[in-house]
Amino acid sequence: MAHNETILTVENLGVKFDENEVLKNLGFFVQKGDVLAIIGPNGSGKSVLFRALLGLVPYSGKINWAKGLKLSYVPQKLNIDKELPLSVGEFFRIKSKDQGKIVSVLNSVGISDENHEQDHLARHLLKQRLGWLSGGQLQRVLIAWAVLDDPDVLLFDEPTSGIDIGGEETIYNLLRKLKEERNLTMLLISHDLNIVYKYANNVICINKEMTCYGIPSEVLDPAALTKLYGGEASFYKHEHGHHH
Amino acid sequence: MGIITEPLLLQLMVGVLIGLGAGYLGSFMILKRMSLVGDVISHVALPGIAIALLFEVNPFFGAFGALFLAVLGIWFLERKTEIPSETLVGIFFALSLAVGILITPQTELLEALFGDIAEIALLDVLLTGILTAVMLFIMAKIYRGLTLSVISKELAQSTGVNVSKTSFLFLLMVALVVALGLQVTGTFLMGALVIIPAAAAKNISLNLSRYTMLSGIFGAISGLGGILIATRFGLHPGPIVVLTSGVIFLITLLFKK
Repeated sequence: MAHNETILTVENLGVKFDENEVLKNLGFFVQKGDVLAIIGPNGSGKSVLFRALLGLVPYSGKINWAKGLKLSYVPQKLNIDKELPLSVGEFFRIKSKDQGKIVSVLNSVGISDENHEQDHLARHLLKQRLGWLSGGQLQRVLIAWAVLDDPDVLLFDEPTSGIDIGGEETIYNLLRKLKEERNLTMLLISHDLNIVYKYANNVICINKEMTCYGIPSEVLDPAALTKLYGGEASFYKHEHGHHH
Repeated sequence: MGIITEPLLLQLMVGVLIGLGAGYLGSFMILKRMSLVGDVISHVALPGIAIALLFEVNPFFGAFGALFLAVLGIWFLERKTEIPSETLVGIFFALSLAVGILITPQTELLEALFGDIAEIALLDVLLTGILTAVMLFIMAKIYRGLTLSVISKELAQSTGVNVSKTSFLFLLMVALVVALGLQVTGTFLMGALVIIPAAAAKNISLNLSRYTMLSGIFGAISGLGGILIATRFGLHPGPIVVLTSGVIFLITLLFKK
């Protein structure tokens, strides 16, 4: 498989809401099989970048996806009312009627426990209300939903909270596994530099403008992080020196 | 209970169709958190009915015209801002009710406010039947996109759903069903028939297919039961239909999931 095939080129990208410049002068490219991390402080325009890449907001400049690519998106958060009468199964059937495929994709995102057969558990989950899932379960369900129709590219907007810390590591292991199994290219917004070092082969730093771009171990030096986060950066790195 | 006469049969058919349509659509109005919009929107129909009466046109068309303008307004507000402009909608609709009361001919006012099915003809039944079928057909086309956009607009858009178009079609169907329902409940109570059966169904449903189906069935039972009871005791059907749905709601509350 050709790994140096460029599937996304972004040039001089800008997004304005009314007169407010939210993103300015972004330029980068993504090759097939890449894992590109997007980092930046809160409100720096990361999620807006995703929305521009998905064509959901008007923008200036160029966003060129290779032809015929299928994109899938895992949003940062969903406001699901606990009372919403929608079962997990119905949520999946919005996208595909193939029950076998739904169960298999749930298995592949690790919906299982020690006491049950995987298929049994997946089928049990399908009858639950979507709003009753725990944060970690919902995250897995959303990822399963995103990969259900075999996308080429996955855009993953990491939740700032909602996943239990123990589960956080496994979500990324899971994403890596899915990437290998399904030849995915991934763009992920992350708040966790440790994840970026460990999983991404490219990173862009955004604070309205692009303040760094390249291989994480090369471009994420203390100067770049201070520029991006101010005082916060040392806190981020320190925190993940510990084992949870 | 007496023999079911032919006019009663026509009334029951209209009542069931309208209950079914209002209940089913109402289930999505609750999902979209539009319960109050559903309530006040029906008031807008009054000036429309009044104008239709003045020009001697079928009141349905006057009501639908006014409701169409109202949903157009709501749709623009929805597009402009994430927050529903409840205050603005509330003020505008209350004002249109006031204007409606002023310009509706005195003799027709009670009928317009509370509905009147005494003179329902076969043509009304046919119109109601055909338009309810059209509504169900369009809902079958858009309900997936509608459901997804309730969960997340962005998720819906990212899978190719035209959220704005879906929302507009839905509001159009609301205008249609409310305009049809005015015959039975009038402008004051139509909002209740949209919301109460759906609220009852939500109490006892874990999934969407059961919820929307029960919602339609509860609406239909309210129409059927309400008209039968009202006829039996010589009461005004509109309020009895709404009260029937209220009784169903109370019963479901006991079995709330």
